[in-house]
Amino acid sequence: MTTEDIVAQGLRGKKGDIKSLLFEGALLLSLFISLLFLIILLVDVVGKGVSVLLDRGGSFLSSGLSSFAERAGVGQGIFGSLVMLIFVVLLAFPIGVAAAIYLEEYAKDTKFNRFIDVNIRNLAGVPSIVYGLLGVAIFVLVLAPLTGGASYIAGGLTLAVLVLPIIIITSAEALRAVPDSIREAGFGVGATRWEVVRSHVLPVAAPGILTGTVLSISRALGETAPLLLVGAVTGFVATGDASLGEQLQGPFATLPTTIFAWASQPDADFRALTQAAIIVLLAVILTANAIAIFLRNRYERKW
Amino acid sequence: MRTFQAAAVVSIVISALIVVSLIGRAVSFMTEVNPADLAAGGWFPRRSMFGLPTIVTGSVIVAGIAMIVAAPLGLGAAIYLAEYARPRVRKVIKPVLEILAGIPSVVVGVFALSWISPQIIGRLSGDAGLFNMAAAGIGVGVLVTPLVASVAEDSFRAVPMSLREASYGLGAKKRSTTTKIVFPAAISGVVASIILGVSRAIGETMVVLIVAGGTGGAEFTLNPFNAGQTMTGAMAALARGSDQVRGADQAFPSLFFVGLLLFLITLTLNVVSERYVRRVRQKY
Repeated sequence: MTTEDIVAQGLRGKKGDIKSLLFEGALLLSLFISLLFLIILLVDVVGKGVSVLLDRGGSFLSSGLSSFAERAGVGQGIFGSLVMLIFVVLLAFPIGVAAAIYLEEYAKDTKFNRFIDVNIRNLAGVPSIVYGLLGVAIFVLVLAPLTGGASYIAGGLTLAVLVLPIIIITSAEALRAVPDSIREAGFGVGATRWEVVRSHVLPVAAPGILTGTVLSISRALGETAPLLLVGAVTGFVATGDASLGEQLQGPFATLPTTIFAWASQPDADFRALTQAAIIVLLAVILTANAIAIFLRNRYERKW
Repeated sequence: MRTFQAAAVVSIVISALIVVSLIGRAVSFMTEVNPADLAAGGWFPRRSMFGLPTIVTGSVIVAGIAMIVAAPLGLGAAIYLAEYARPRVRKVIKPVLEILAGIPSVVVGVFALSWISPQIIGRLSGDAGLFNMAAAGIGVGVLVTPLVASVAEDSFRAVPMSLREASYGLGAKKRSTTTKIVFPAAISGVVASIILGVSRAIGETMVVLIVAGGTGGAEFTLNPFNAGQTMTGAMAALARGSDQVRGADQAFPSLFFVGLLLFLITLTLNVVSERYVRRVRQKY
Protein backbone atom coordinates (compact mmCIF):
# COMPACT_ATOMS: atom_id res chain seq x y z
CA MET A 1 0.00 0.00 0.00
CA THR A 2 1.43 3.34 -1.03
CA THR A 3 1.15 6.47 1.02
CA GLU A 4 -1.26 7.85 -1.54
CA ASP A 5 -3.63 4.92 -0.96
CA ILE A 6 -3.54 5.44 2.77
CA VAL A 7 -4.22 9.14 2.42
CA ALA A 8 -7.07 8.44 -0.03
CA GLN A 9 -8.47 5.90 2.40
CA GLY A 10 -8.25 8.38 5.22
CA LEU A 11 -10.03 10.99 3.16
CA ARG A 12 -12.83 8.63 2.16
CA GLY A 13 -12.97 7.51 5.77
CA LYS A 14 -14.81 4.38 4.79
CA LYS A 15 -12.77 1.35 3.83
CA GLY A 16 -10.71 -0.59 6.30
CA ASP A 17 -12.71 0.66 9.27
CA ILE A 18 -14.33 -2.47 10.65
CA LYS A 19 -16.46 -0.67 13.23
CA SER A 20 -17.99 1.58 10.60
CA LEU A 21 -18.73 -1.39 8.39
CA LEU A 22 -20.33 -3.25 11.30
CA PHE A 23 -22.42 -0.17 12.15
CA GLU A 24 -23.69 0.19 8.61
CA GLY A 25 -24.27 -3.56 8.45
CA ALA A 26 -26.37 -3.48 11.62
CA LEU A 27 -28.49 -0.64 10.26
CA LEU A 28 -29.03 -2.45 6.99
CA LEU A 29 -29.88 -5.62 8.90
CA SER A 30 -32.62 -3.89 10.91
CA LEU A 31 -34.18 -2.51 7.74
CA PHE A 32 -33.90 -5.97 6.22
CA ILE A 33 -35.55 -7.71 9.20
CA SER A 34 -38.44 -5.22 9.25
CA LEU A 35 -39.11 -5.93 5.59
CA LEU A 36 -38.50 -9.66 6.05
CA PHE A 37 -41.29 -9.98 8.64
CA LEU A 38 -43.71 -8.42 6.21
CA ILE A 39 -42.51 -10.58 3.33
CA ILE A 40 -42.88 -13.75 5.43
CA LEU A 41 -46.39 -12.57 6.34
CA LEU A 42 -47.36 -12.21 2.68
CA VAL A 43 -45.78 -15.54 1.69
CA ASP A 44 -47.42 -17.33 4.63
CA VAL A 45 -50.85 -15.94 3.81
CA VAL A 46 -50.67 -16.62 0.09
CA GLY A 47 -49.21 -20.10 0.58
CA LYS A 48 -51.98 -21.15 2.95
CA GLY A 49 -54.92 -19.37 1.38
CA VAL A 50 -54.49 -19.30 -2.35
CA SER A 51 -55.76 -22.87 -2.83
CA VAL A 52 -59.21 -21.88 -1.54
CA LEU A 53 -59.39 -18.98 -3.98
CA LEU A 54 -58.29 -21.21 -6.85
CA ASP A 55 -60.67 -24.06 -5.98
CA ARG A 56 -63.75 -22.04 -5.12
CA GLY A 57 -63.11 -18.83 -7.03
CA GLY A 58 -66.33 -16.89 -7.56
CA SER A 59 -68.39 -18.89 -5.07
CA PHE A 60 -65.98 -17.92 -2.26
CA LEU A 61 -66.31 -14.24 -3.17
CA SER A 62 -70.10 -14.35 -3.37
CA SER A 63 -71.28 -16.73 -0.61
CA GLY A 64 -72.20 -15.44 2.81
CA LEU A 65 -71.14 -16.46 6.30
CA SER A 66 -71.87 -20.06 7.17
CA SER A 67 -70.91 -22.54 9.84
CA PHE A 68 -69.93 -24.99 7.10
CA ALA A 69 -66.47 -24.26 5.75
CA GLU A 70 -67.27 -25.49 2.24
CA ARG A 71 -70.22 -23.11 1.95
CA ALA A 72 -68.78 -20.08 3.73
CA GLY A 73 -67.60 -17.07 1.72
CA VAL A 74 -66.73 -13.42 1.97
CA GLY A 75 -69.75 -12.07 0.04
CA GLN A 76 -71.46 -10.50 3.05
CA GLY A 77 -68.13 -9.23 4.34
CA ILE A 78 -67.41 -7.47 1.05
CA PHE A 79 -70.91 -5.96 1.00
CA GLY A 80 -70.48 -4.75 4.60
CA SER A 81 -67.08 -3.23 3.87
CA LEU A 82 -68.56 -1.44 0.84
CA VAL A 83 -71.32 0.05 3.00
CA MET A 84 -68.70 1.23 5.54
CA LEU A 85 -66.71 2.77 2.68
CA ILE A 86 -69.77 4.73 1.52
CA PHE A 87 -70.34 6.08 5.03
CA VAL A 88 -66.72 7.22 5.30
CA VAL A 89 -66.74 8.83 1.85
CA LEU A 90 -70.08 10.60 2.35
CA LEU A 91 -69.52 11.77 5.94
CA ALA A 92 -65.87 11.88 6.94
CA PHE A 93 -64.47 13.17 3.62
CA PRO A 94 -66.58 16.37 3.23
CA ILE A 95 -66.52 17.23 6.94
CA GLY A 96 -62.80 16.48 7.17
CA VAL A 97 -61.84 18.61 4.18
CA ALA A 98 -64.13 21.45 5.31
CA ALA A 99 -62.58 21.41 8.78
CA ALA A 100 -59.10 21.45 7.25
CA ILE A 101 -60.03 24.43 5.05
CA TYR A 102 -61.30 26.28 8.12
CA LEU A 103 -58.17 25.57 10.15
CA GLU A 104 -55.68 26.42 7.40
CA GLU A 105 -57.42 29.17 5.41
CA TYR A 106 -59.88 30.97 7.69
CA ALA A 107 -59.02 30.41 11.34
CA LYS A 108 -57.22 33.24 13.10
CA ASP A 109 -54.71 32.34 15.78
CA THR A 110 -57.16 32.45 18.66
CA LYS A 111 -57.23 30.31 21.77
CA PHE A 112 -60.35 28.53 20.57
CA ASN A 113 -58.84 27.60 17.20
CA ARG A 114 -55.64 26.43 18.82
CA PHE A 115 -57.77 24.26 21.09
CA ILE A 116 -59.49 22.73 18.03
CA ASP A 117 -56.09 22.00 16.53
CA VAL A 118 -54.71 20.29 19.65
CA ASN A 119 -57.97 18.43 20.09
CA ILE A 120 -57.81 16.97 16.56
CA ARG A 121 -54.22 15.82 17.11
CA ASN A 122 -55.25 14.06 20.30
CA LEU A 123 -58.29 12.47 18.64
CA ALA A 124 -56.00 10.97 16.00
CA GLY A 125 -54.05 9.22 18.77
CA VAL A 126 -57.05 7.71 20.55
CA PRO A 127 -56.93 3.89 20.19
CA SER A 128 -59.51 2.61 17.73
CA ILE A 129 -61.16 0.42 20.33
CA VAL A 130 -62.14 3.53 22.31
CA TYR A 131 -64.06 4.70 19.23
CA GLY A 132 -65.82 1.35 19.47
CA LEU A 133 -66.99 2.31 22.98
CA LEU A 134 -68.24 5.64 21.61
CA GLY A 135 -70.09 3.66 18.95
CA VAL A 136 -71.77 1.39 21.51
CA ALA A 137 -72.74 4.19 23.86
CA ILE A 138 -73.99 6.70 21.28
CA PHE A 139 -74.78 5.06 17.95
CA VAL A 140 -75.98 1.68 19.23
CA LEU A 141 -77.75 2.67 22.46
CA VAL A 142 -78.69 6.38 22.40
CA LEU A 143 -79.46 6.61 18.70
CA ALA A 144 -81.07 3.14 18.52
CA PRO A 145 -84.34 4.40 16.95
CA LEU A 146 -82.31 5.88 14.09
CA THR A 147 -79.64 3.24 13.62
CA GLY A 148 -81.58 0.14 14.62
CA GLY A 149 -78.99 -0.83 17.24
CA ALA A 150 -75.93 -2.83 16.23
CA SER A 151 -76.31 -2.20 12.51
CA TYR A 152 -74.53 -1.20 9.31
CA ILE A 153 -75.45 2.40 10.14
CA ALA A 154 -73.93 2.24 13.63
CA GLY A 155 -70.78 0.60 12.26
CA GLY A 156 -70.48 3.07 9.40
CA LEU A 157 -70.91 6.09 11.69
CA THR A 158 -68.28 4.71 14.08
CA LEU A 159 -65.73 4.27 11.30
CA ALA A 160 -66.52 7.73 9.85
CA VAL A 161 -65.84 9.28 13.27
CA LEU A 162 -62.67 7.19 13.63
CA VAL A 163 -61.03 8.39 10.40
CA LEU A 164 -62.27 12.00 10.53
CA PRO A 165 -59.26 13.35 12.48
CA ILE A 166 -56.83 11.58 10.12
CA ILE A 167 -58.54 13.11 7.08
CA ILE A 168 -58.45 16.56 8.70
CA ILE A 169 -54.74 16.30 9.55
CA THR A 170 -53.62 15.02 6.13
CA SER A 171 -55.81 17.55 4.28
CA ALA A 172 -54.52 20.39 6.46
CA GLU A 173 -50.95 19.33 5.65
CA ALA A 174 -51.74 19.36 1.92
CA LEU A 175 -53.25 22.87 2.21
CA ARG A 176 -50.29 24.11 4.23
CA ALA A 177 -47.91 22.96 1.49
CA VAL A 178 -49.52 25.42 -0.96
CA PRO A 179 -47.28 28.51 -0.97
CA ASP A 180 -48.74 31.83 0.14
CA SER A 181 -47.67 33.51 -3.10
CA ILE A 182 -50.54 31.71 -4.84
CA ARG A 183 -53.05 33.12 -2.36
CA GLU A 184 -51.52 36.59 -2.50
CA ALA A 185 -51.73 36.59 -6.30
CA GLY A 186 -55.43 35.79 -6.01
CA PHE A 187 -56.09 38.49 -3.42
CA GLY A 188 -54.04 40.91 -5.53
CA VAL A 189 -56.51 40.71 -8.40
CA GLY A 190 -59.41 41.25 -6.01
CA ALA A 191 -60.64 37.69 -5.42
CA THR A 192 -62.45 36.92 -2.17
CA ARG A 193 -61.00 34.39 0.22
CA TRP A 194 -63.48 31.75 -0.87
CA GLU A 195 -62.69 32.35 -4.55
CA VAL A 196 -58.98 31.98 -3.82
CA VAL A 197 -59.55 28.76 -1.90
CA ARG A 198 -61.94 27.27 -4.43
CA SER A 199 -60.10 28.11 -7.65
CA HIS A 200 -56.45 28.22 -6.62
CA VAL A 201 -55.64 26.54 -3.32
CA LEU A 202 -57.88 23.47 -3.52
CA PRO A 203 -56.88 22.40 -7.06
CA VAL A 204 -53.20 22.59 -6.11
CA ALA A 205 -53.75 20.71 -2.84
CA ALA A 206 -56.09 18.11 -4.36
CA PRO A 207 -53.53 15.30 -4.94
CA GLY A 208 -52.35 15.54 -1.32
CA ILE A 209 -55.90 15.62 0.03
CA LEU A 210 -56.92 12.64 -2.10
CA THR A 211 -53.89 10.59 -1.06
CA GLY A 212 -54.65 11.25 2.60
CA THR A 213 -58.26 10.31 2.07
CA VAL A 214 -57.45 7.06 0.28
CA LEU A 215 -55.03 6.09 3.06
CA SER A 216 -57.68 6.88 5.71
CA ILE A 217 -60.31 4.90 3.85
CA SER A 218 -58.06 1.88 3.60
CA ARG A 219 -57.39 2.24 7.32
CA ALA A 220 -61.16 2.18 7.88
CA LEU A 221 -61.51 -0.89 5.67
CA GLY A 222 -59.01 -2.78 7.85
CA GLU A 223 -60.45 -1.75 11.23
CA THR A 224 -61.84 -4.63 13.26
CA ALA A 225 -61.80 -3.94 16.98
CA PRO A 226 -64.25 -0.98 17.05
CA LEU A 227 -66.70 -2.93 14.88
CA LEU A 228 -66.53 -5.92 17.23
CA LEU A 229 -67.53 -3.58 20.06
CA VAL A 230 -70.33 -2.04 18.01
CA GLY A 231 -71.57 -5.59 17.54
CA ALA A 232 -70.44 -6.98 14.20
CA VAL A 233 -71.95 -10.41 13.75
CA THR A 234 -69.45 -13.23 13.90
CA GLY A 235 -72.00 -15.89 13.00
CA PHE A 236 -74.56 -15.75 10.23
CA VAL A 237 -76.18 -12.59 8.84
CA ALA A 238 -79.71 -13.41 7.77
CA THR A 239 -80.90 -10.90 5.18
CA GLY A 240 -84.02 -12.61 3.79
CA ASP A 241 -85.86 -10.26 1.47
CA ALA A 242 -85.63 -7.14 3.63
CA SER A 243 -85.47 -3.82 1.78
CA LEU A 244 -82.14 -2.00 1.66
CA GLY A 245 -83.27 0.47 4.34
CA GLU A 246 -84.23 -2.33 6.71
CA GLN A 247 -80.98 -4.15 5.90
CA LEU A 248 -78.92 -1.09 6.81
CA GLN A 249 -80.59 -1.08 10.23
CA GLY A 250 -79.92 -4.79 10.61
CA PRO A 251 -76.98 -6.90 11.79
CA PHE A 252 -73.74 -6.45 9.88
CA ALA A 253 -70.38 -8.02 9.13
CA THR A 254 -67.37 -6.66 7.23
CA LEU A 255 -64.40 -8.32 5.62
CA PRO A 256 -62.06 -7.92 8.64
CA THR A 257 -64.70 -9.04 11.14
CA THR A 258 -65.26 -12.11 8.94
CA ILE A 259 -61.52 -12.81 9.08
CA PHE A 260 -61.60 -12.54 12.84
CA ALA A 261 -64.66 -14.77 13.10
CA TRP A 262 -62.99 -17.49 11.06
CA ALA A 263 -59.65 -17.12 12.82
CA SER A 264 -61.32 -17.97 16.12
CA GLN A 265 -63.00 -21.12 14.72
CA PRO A 266 -61.36 -24.27 16.10
CA ASP A 267 -62.22 -26.15 12.88
CA ALA A 268 -59.08 -26.70 10.74
CA ASP A 269 -61.03 -26.13 7.50
CA PHE A 270 -61.54 -22.54 8.48
CA ARG A 271 -57.81 -21.85 8.67
CA ALA A 272 -57.36 -21.92 4.90
CA LEU A 273 -60.58 -19.91 4.58
CA THR A 274 -59.19 -17.25 6.95
CA GLN A 275 -56.04 -16.88 4.89
CA ALA A 276 -58.05 -16.72 1.66
CA ALA A 277 -60.18 -13.90 3.10
CA ILE A 278 -56.97 -12.13 4.14
CA ILE A 279 -55.70 -12.33 0.54
CA VAL A 280 -58.90 -10.60 -0.61
CA LEU A 281 -58.59 -7.88 2.06
CA LEU A 282 -54.88 -7.27 1.46
CA ALA A 283 -55.42 -7.17 -2.30
CA VAL A 284 -57.90 -4.31 -1.85
CA ILE A 285 -56.03 -2.37 0.85
CA LEU A 286 -52.48 -2.73 -0.43
CA THR A 287 -53.51 -1.86 -4.00
CA ALA A 288 -55.35 1.25 -2.82
CA ASN A 289 -52.35 2.30 -0.70
CA ALA A 290 -49.88 1.61 -3.48
CA ILE A 291 -51.84 3.67 -5.99
CA ALA A 292 -52.27 6.55 -3.54
CA ILE A 293 -48.60 6.64 -2.51
CA PHE A 294 -47.43 6.28 -6.11
CA LEU A 295 -49.64 9.15 -7.28
CA ARG A 296 -48.51 11.36 -4.40
CA ASN A 297 -44.83 10.77 -5.12
CA ARG A 298 -45.52 11.43 -8.79
CA TYR A 299 -47.53 14.63 -8.43
CA GLU A 300 -45.85 16.03 -5.35
CA ARG A 301 -44.75 19.54 -6.28
CA LYS A 302 -41.74 21.21 -4.75
CA TRP A 303 -42.25 24.97 -4.52
CA MET B 1 -66.86 30.23 6.51
CA ARG B 2 -69.60 29.31 8.98
CA THR B 3 -69.95 25.88 7.34
CA PHE B 4 -66.22 25.31 7.55
CA GLN B 5 -66.16 26.39 11.16
CA ALA B 6 -69.04 24.04 11.95
CA ALA B 7 -67.06 21.17 10.41
CA ALA B 8 -64.10 21.98 12.64
CA VAL B 9 -66.35 22.12 15.69
CA VAL B 10 -67.55 18.57 14.90
CA SER B 11 -64.18 17.36 16.18
CA ILE B 12 -64.84 18.97 19.54
CA VAL B 13 -68.28 17.38 19.66
CA ILE B 14 -66.68 13.98 19.03
CA SER B 15 -64.18 14.46 21.86
CA ALA B 16 -66.98 15.54 24.17
CA LEU B 17 -69.04 12.49 23.21
CA ILE B 18 -66.08 10.18 23.85
CA VAL B 19 -65.46 11.65 27.28
CA VAL B 20 -69.15 11.67 28.22
CA SER B 21 -69.84 8.13 27.05
CA LEU B 22 -66.74 6.83 28.84
CA ILE B 23 -67.15 8.68 32.12
CA GLY B 24 -70.85 8.00 32.69
CA ARG B 25 -70.62 4.23 32.75
CA ALA B 26 -67.10 4.16 34.19
CA VAL B 27 -68.34 6.06 37.23
CA SER B 28 -71.36 3.81 37.64
CA PHE B 29 -68.98 0.82 37.48
CA MET B 30 -66.68 2.31 40.12
CA THR B 31 -69.53 3.05 42.51
CA GLU B 32 -71.11 -0.39 42.15
CA VAL B 33 -68.09 -2.66 42.02
CA ASN B 34 -66.76 -4.28 45.15
CA PRO B 35 -63.19 -2.87 45.55
CA ALA B 36 -61.91 -6.34 46.46
CA ASP B 37 -62.98 -7.59 43.02
CA LEU B 38 -60.69 -5.01 41.39
CA ALA B 39 -57.67 -6.57 43.07
CA ALA B 40 -58.67 -10.14 42.21
CA GLY B 41 -55.91 -12.46 40.99
CA GLY B 42 -57.36 -12.67 37.52
CA TRP B 43 -59.63 -11.05 34.94
CA PHE B 44 -62.87 -13.01 34.69
CA PRO B 45 -65.57 -10.33 34.30
CA ARG B 46 -68.43 -12.82 34.07
CA ARG B 47 -67.42 -14.22 37.45
CA SER B 48 -67.15 -10.67 38.86
CA MET B 49 -63.35 -10.87 39.04
CA PHE B 50 -62.14 -7.55 37.67
CA GLY B 51 -58.42 -8.00 38.44
CA LEU B 52 -56.99 -4.74 37.13
CA PRO B 53 -53.36 -5.75 37.89
CA THR B 54 -53.79 -8.70 35.51
CA ILE B 55 -54.75 -6.67 32.45
CA VAL B 56 -52.49 -3.70 33.24
CA THR B 57 -49.39 -5.93 33.57
CA GLY B 58 -50.60 -7.78 30.47
CA SER B 59 -50.58 -4.50 28.54
CA VAL B 60 -47.15 -3.58 29.91
CA ILE B 61 -45.68 -6.98 28.97
CA VAL B 62 -47.09 -6.98 25.44
CA ALA B 63 -46.16 -3.34 24.78
CA GLY B 64 -42.70 -3.95 26.31
CA ILE B 65 -41.98 -6.91 24.02
CA ALA B 66 -43.38 -4.95 21.08
CA MET B 67 -40.95 -2.09 21.75
CA ILE B 68 -38.00 -4.48 22.22
CA VAL B 69 -38.74 -5.52 18.63
CA ALA B 70 -39.85 -2.20 17.17
CA ALA B 71 -37.41 0.29 18.75
CA PRO B 72 -34.13 -1.16 17.43
CA LEU B 73 -35.62 -2.27 14.10
CA GLY B 74 -37.48 1.00 13.53
CA LEU B 75 -34.61 3.28 14.58
CA GLY B 76 -32.03 1.22 12.68
CA ALA B 77 -34.13 1.30 9.53
CA ALA B 78 -34.73 5.05 9.99
CA ILE B 79 -31.03 5.87 10.38
CA TYR B 80 -30.16 3.74 7.38
CA LEU B 81 -32.80 5.36 5.19
CA ALA B 82 -32.01 8.91 6.33
CA GLU B 83 -28.19 8.78 6.45
CA TYR B 84 -26.84 5.83 4.46
CA ALA B 85 -29.27 4.78 1.74
CA ARG B 86 -28.62 6.19 -1.73
CA PRO B 87 -31.46 8.40 -2.94
CA ARG B 88 -32.53 5.76 -5.43
CA VAL B 89 -32.71 2.97 -2.83
CA ARG B 90 -34.56 5.27 -0.47
CA LYS B 91 -37.04 6.18 -3.16
CA VAL B 92 -37.99 2.52 -3.51
CA ILE B 93 -37.83 1.34 0.12
CA LYS B 94 -39.72 4.24 1.72
CA PRO B 95 -42.97 3.74 -0.25
CA VAL B 96 -42.73 -0.04 0.26
CA LEU B 97 -42.53 0.53 4.04
CA GLU B 98 -45.44 2.97 3.82
CA ILE B 99 -47.59 0.52 1.87
CA LEU B 100 -46.79 -2.29 4.28
CA ALA B 101 -47.64 -0.02 7.22
CA GLY B 102 -51.20 -0.28 5.92
CA ILE B 103 -51.50 -3.99 6.71
CA PRO B 104 -54.52 -4.25 9.04
CA SER B 105 -53.94 -5.46 12.58
CA VAL B 106 -56.35 -8.39 12.21
CA VAL B 107 -54.08 -9.73 9.47
CA VAL B 108 -50.99 -9.42 11.66
CA GLY B 109 -52.97 -11.15 14.41
CA VAL B 110 -53.67 -14.17 12.23
CA PHE B 111 -50.00 -14.15 11.17
CA ALA B 112 -48.90 -14.11 14.80
CA LEU B 113 -51.04 -17.18 15.43
CA SER B 114 -50.12 -19.09 12.28
CA TRP B 115 -46.39 -18.26 12.06
CA ILE B 116 -44.85 -16.19 14.89
CA SER B 117 -46.19 -18.36 17.71
CA PRO B 118 -45.19 -21.80 16.32
CA GLN B 119 -42.01 -20.73 14.46
CA ILE B 120 -40.46 -18.22 16.90
CA ILE B 121 -42.00 -18.65 20.34
CA GLY B 122 -42.33 -22.43 19.98
CA ARG B 123 -38.57 -22.60 19.39
CA LEU B 124 -37.66 -20.19 22.20
CA SER B 125 -39.64 -21.96 24.87
CA GLY B 126 -40.73 -25.58 24.76
CA ASP B 127 -43.60 -25.23 27.22
CA ALA B 128 -45.23 -22.16 25.69
CA GLY B 129 -48.70 -22.91 24.37
CA LEU B 130 -49.89 -21.74 20.96
CA PHE B 131 -51.62 -18.80 22.62
CA ASN B 132 -49.19 -16.60 24.56
CA MET B 133 -48.36 -12.97 25.25
CA ALA B 134 -44.86 -13.15 23.73
CA ALA B 135 -46.26 -13.96 20.27
CA ALA B 136 -48.74 -11.10 20.67
CA GLY B 137 -45.88 -8.78 21.67
CA ILE B 138 -43.81 -9.65 18.60
CA GLY B 139 -46.88 -9.27 16.39
CA VAL B 140 -47.60 -5.81 17.81
CA GLY B 141 -43.90 -5.00 17.36
CA VAL B 142 -44.15 -5.85 13.64
CA LEU B 143 -47.15 -3.50 13.41
CA VAL B 144 -45.45 -0.63 15.24
CA THR B 145 -42.03 -0.82 13.50
CA PRO B 146 -43.05 1.17 10.37
CA LEU B 147 -44.55 3.90 12.57
CA VAL B 148 -41.39 4.26 14.67
CA ALA B 149 -39.26 4.20 11.52
CA SER B 150 -41.23 6.90 9.74
CA VAL B 151 -41.44 9.36 12.67
CA ALA B 152 -37.73 8.85 13.50
CA GLU B 153 -36.66 9.20 9.86
CA ASP B 154 -38.47 12.53 9.57
CA SER B 155 -36.59 13.83 12.59
CA PHE B 156 -33.18 12.67 11.24
CA ARG B 157 -33.90 14.38 7.96
CA ALA B 158 -34.90 17.56 9.80
CA VAL B 159 -31.32 17.89 11.07
CA PRO B 160 -29.75 20.55 8.82
CA MET B 161 -27.02 19.46 6.41
CA SER B 162 -24.69 22.16 7.75
CA LEU B 163 -24.27 20.21 11.02
CA ARG B 164 -23.10 17.12 9.12
CA GLU B 165 -20.82 19.20 6.91
CA ALA B 166 -19.26 20.85 9.93
CA SER B 167 -18.59 17.42 11.40
CA TYR B 168 -17.04 16.09 8.18
CA GLY B 169 -14.99 19.28 7.96
CA LEU B 170 -13.42 18.40 11.29
CA GLY B 171 -12.47 15.01 9.84
CA ALA B 172 -15.16 12.90 11.51
CA LYS B 173 -16.24 9.65 9.91
CA LYS B 174 -19.76 9.02 8.72
CA ARG B 175 -20.38 6.71 11.66
CA SER B 176 -19.26 9.19 14.30
CA THR B 177 -21.14 11.98 12.54
CA THR B 178 -24.28 9.86 12.66
CA THR B 179 -23.95 8.73 16.26
CA LYS B 180 -22.44 11.88 17.80
CA ILE B 181 -23.98 14.70 15.74
CA VAL B 182 -27.14 13.65 13.90
CA PHE B 183 -28.57 11.32 16.54
CA PRO B 184 -28.23 13.79 19.47
CA ALA B 185 -29.59 16.61 17.31
CA ALA B 186 -32.65 14.51 16.49
CA ILE B 187 -33.08 13.06 19.97
CA SER B 188 -36.44 14.70 20.64
CA GLY B 189 -37.87 13.17 17.49
CA VAL B 190 -36.41 9.80 18.43
CA VAL B 191 -37.99 9.97 21.87
CA ALA B 192 -41.28 11.04 20.30
CA SER B 193 -41.20 8.08 17.91
CA ILE B 194 -40.67 5.67 20.80
CA ILE B 195 -43.45 7.19 22.91
CA LEU B 196 -45.84 7.15 19.94
CA GLY B 197 -44.88 3.52 19.37
CA VAL B 198 -45.65 2.64 23.00
CA SER B 199 -48.97 4.43 22.77
CA ARG B 200 -49.89 2.55 19.58
CA ALA B 201 -48.75 -0.74 21.12
CA ILE B 202 -50.86 -0.27 24.25
CA GLY B 203 -53.91 0.58 22.16
CA GLU B 204 -53.48 -2.33 19.76
CA THR B 205 -56.31 -4.83 20.07
CA MET B 206 -56.70 -7.44 17.37
CA VAL B 207 -53.27 -9.10 17.63
CA VAL B 208 -53.76 -9.55 21.38
CA LEU B 209 -57.33 -10.75 20.97
CA ILE B 210 -56.33 -13.41 18.45
CA VAL B 211 -53.07 -14.74 19.87
CA ALA B 212 -52.65 -13.80 23.57
CA GLY B 213 -55.15 -16.44 24.66
CA GLY B 214 -57.12 -14.43 27.20
CA THR B 215 -60.51 -14.33 25.50
CA GLY B 216 -62.16 -16.39 28.23
CA GLY B 217 -60.41 -14.49 31.03
CA ALA B 218 -56.86 -14.77 32.36
CA GLU B 219 -54.95 -15.43 35.55
CA PHE B 220 -52.37 -12.92 36.79
CA THR B 221 -48.98 -13.80 35.32
CA LEU B 222 -45.61 -12.17 34.71
CA ASN B 223 -44.39 -14.88 32.35
CA PRO B 224 -44.72 -13.71 28.73
CA PHE B 225 -44.82 -17.31 27.51
CA ASN B 226 -48.14 -17.80 29.33
CA ALA B 227 -51.55 -16.88 28.02
CA GLY B 228 -52.61 -13.47 29.30
CA GLN B 229 -54.89 -10.53 28.74
CA THR B 230 -54.37 -6.82 28.07
CA MET B 231 -56.71 -3.88 28.63
CA THR B 232 -57.63 -3.73 24.94
CA GLY B 233 -58.00 -7.49 24.62
CA ALA B 234 -60.20 -7.59 27.72
CA MET B 235 -62.53 -4.99 26.20
CA ALA B 236 -62.82 -6.70 22.83
CA ALA B 237 -63.26 -10.15 24.39
CA LEU B 238 -66.09 -8.82 26.55
CA ALA B 239 -67.79 -7.30 23.56
CA ARG B 240 -67.77 -10.34 21.27
CA GLY B 241 -71.44 -10.80 20.71
CA SER B 242 -72.65 -7.49 22.12
CA ASP B 243 -75.96 -8.97 23.32
CA GLN B 244 -74.19 -10.99 25.98
CA VAL B 245 -72.33 -7.91 27.09
CA ARG B 246 -75.47 -5.93 27.59
CA GLY B 247 -76.94 -8.82 29.56
CA ALA B 248 -74.20 -9.06 32.17
CA ASP B 249 -74.75 -6.56 34.98
CA GLN B 250 -71.29 -5.22 35.85
CA ALA B 251 -69.38 -6.64 32.89
CA PHE B 252 -70.82 -4.07 30.47
CA PRO B 253 -69.94 -0.93 32.49
CA SER B 254 -66.50 -2.45 33.21
CA LEU B 255 -65.81 -2.08 29.47
CA PHE B 256 -66.10 1.68 29.81
CA PHE B 257 -64.00 1.77 32.95
CA VAL B 258 -61.13 -0.05 31.21
CA GLY B 259 -61.72 2.15 28.14
CA LEU B 260 -61.39 5.31 30.22
CA LEU B 261 -58.16 4.02 31.75
CA LEU B 262 -56.77 3.24 28.29
CA PHE B 263 -57.91 6.63 26.97
CA LEU B 264 -56.13 8.48 29.79
CA ILE B 265 -52.90 6.48 29.38
CA THR B 266 -52.67 6.96 25.60
CA LEU B 267 -53.69 10.63 25.88
CA THR B 268 -50.85 11.27 28.34
CA LEU B 269 -48.34 9.47 26.10
CA ASN B 270 -49.50 11.38 23.01
CA VAL B 271 -49.35 14.76 24.75
CA VAL B 272 -45.83 14.04 26.00
CA SER B 273 -44.63 12.94 22.55
CA GLU B 274 -46.25 15.96 20.89
CA ARG B 275 -44.23 18.16 23.21
CA TYR B 276 -41.00 16.45 22.14
CA VAL B 277 -41.85 16.80 18.47
CA ARG B 278 -42.48 20.52 18.94
CA ARG B 279 -39.08 20.85 20.56
CA VAL B 280 -37.34 19.36 17.54
CA ARG B 281 -39.29 21.69 15.23
CA GLN B 282 -38.40 24.83 17.15
CA LYS B 283 -34.72 24.14 17.13
CA TYR B 284 -33.81 24.82 13.52
